[in-house]
Amino acid sequence: MNFEVDKIRQDFPILHQQIYNRPLVYFDNAATTQRPKQVIDALNKTYTEYYGNIHRAAHFLADKATEAYEGTREKARNFINAETREQIIFTKGTTESINLAAFSFGEAFVQEGDEIIVSEMEHHSNIVPWQLMAARKGAKIVMLPIDNDGRLLIEMLEQLITKRTRLIAVAHVSNVLGTINPVKQIARIARNNGVRIFVDGAQAAPHLRIDVQDMDVDFYAFSAHKMYGPNGVGVLYGKTELLEQMPPYQGGGEMISEVKFSGTTYNELPYKFEAGTPNISGVIAFGAAIDYLRNTGIETVAAWEHELLSYATAALNQIPGLRIYGTQAEKSGVISFNVEGAHFFDLGTMLDKFGIAVRTGHHCADPLMDHFGIQGTVRASFAFYNTREEIDRFVDALKKVIAMF
Amino acid sequence: MTINEIQKEIIEEFSVYEDWMDKYSYLIELGNDLKELDPKDKTDQYLIKGCQSRVWLVSDFAGGKITFRGESDAVIVKGLVALLLRVVSDRTPAEIIENELFFVDEIGLKQHLSPTRSNGLLAMIKQIRLYAVAYNRISEKEND
Repeated sequence: MNFEVDKIRQDFPILHQQIYNRPLVYFDNAATTQRPKQVIDALNKTYTEYYGNIHRAAHFLADKATEAYEGTREKARNFINAETREQIIFTKGTTESINLAAFSFGEAFVQEGDEIIVSEMEHHSNIVPWQLMAARKGAKIVMLPIDNDGRLLIEMLEQLITKRTRLIAVAHVSNVLGTINPVKQIARIARNNGVRIFVDGAQAAPHLRIDVQDMDVDFYAFSAHKMYGPNGVGVLYGKTELLEQMPPYQGGGEMISEVKFSGTTYNELPYKFEAGTPNISGVIAFGAAIDYLRNTGIETVAAWEHELLSYATAALNQIPGLRIYGTQAEKSGVISFNVEGAHFFDLGTMLDKFGIAVRTGHHCADPLMDHFGIQGTVRASFAFYNTREEIDRFVDALKKVIAMF
Repeated sequence: MTINEIQKEIIEEFSVYEDWMDKYSYLIELGNDLKELDPKDKTDQYLIKGCQSRVWLVSDFAGGKITFRGESDAVIVKGLVALLLRVVSDRTPAEIIENELFFVDEIGLKQHLSPTRSNGLLAMIKQIRLYAVAYNRISEKEND
């Protein structure tokens, strides 16, 4: 395809450097992406031109910051096609979004003996908050298993759902396998059975078009730092009727309507869930990241990353003894693998010396590692600024590294 | 040789390698040469679990000295284990307690000592010190 990747790369200052005297190849995008200068500029501009505390001051700087902050809310709403801006809650990241949803949903809707279904391929962040809530409420976590290709066994879902099932928690895209889960189909099954669905979209938002209305999901969470935006910003989308019934997650400023020692009334959505001074500059710069993605075109991004995935998969499959985990057709730009006779940590450590940044370890997905009977993998994950030449360098270095062990 | 003399010797050995590749090739060589642990010792009791690799550490205390044996599933970590054992094995508890382990930092492998999500090396050093403190108490009691 005709994609001007060199032009994109110009926007990312960090990519143009040497690591251990070799050009940097950054393949750890599933952990965190790099930022274009437009986002860095936006952060700078906020601090140098219009920084003030939002929503509650009658002065120029605060007004301007508020306008920019709320501008990002509208951009985020539009980005995932939510109905209203009240459904967009800013958090510090996907993990906090999940904790918020698990806590407040649990308080409102989960009773002793109820069940929450969580998939086997989840990141710890989409397991532990539900476990904490389940422990508090006396509820039970039920696992939705996967097969050896890394496909969710959707056909088992109807069997797993009981009268006590309250919610299904599932990733849109697996951070280890890259599997794109059929969220729309899962949401339909959930709805037909009167069950709610929570989707961890951290690995999907930078790579796929997200339409929460089309998928008809109840909750959707994602992080700015995985989509070329600043650290410490995330979003929780929720259906209004649910968010309205859910109690606040944290107490503090902003989230209140009126405080008396006899009792406090809470602010309206989304502020009810945004206690304290938020990450103002981060949220504002997140708006620049969304603009950048939209201007590049999410379909274009997805197509380019798919091309990189196919190219890398074909090259890696030529290496004897290399096994890829996650071989579903519907897959995002993530390749997890192990090589016979070489430990993933050794491979990752040596690849680093070739200037190549990959991730090694269990990727915060212990249950998934247990499924495959492994301790961890090497994971290469791509972004739209990566190139075929970088994949060549990576595969070449990997072959050299394997020969060392 | 004292603990510090051995540490200096290791730093000296590594100083000839200017390139990172050579440094790690040497570490890999050391890892491959490390005597494997008896499989019966590779149990959870001796396991130090890191996010990246597993390390097993076994100790014996006899004649006032601690002998350590160890292994890892990753070769580079095995190389680091080999270096560490060279420094701390067959030492009195007091020697281990009194001396800082500075060589890992000095040979430019500090990244392996990051406190979180590390490869268990830091945890291993901590464990070695805990053993030393415990054995020290035992020998103090015996001398009472």
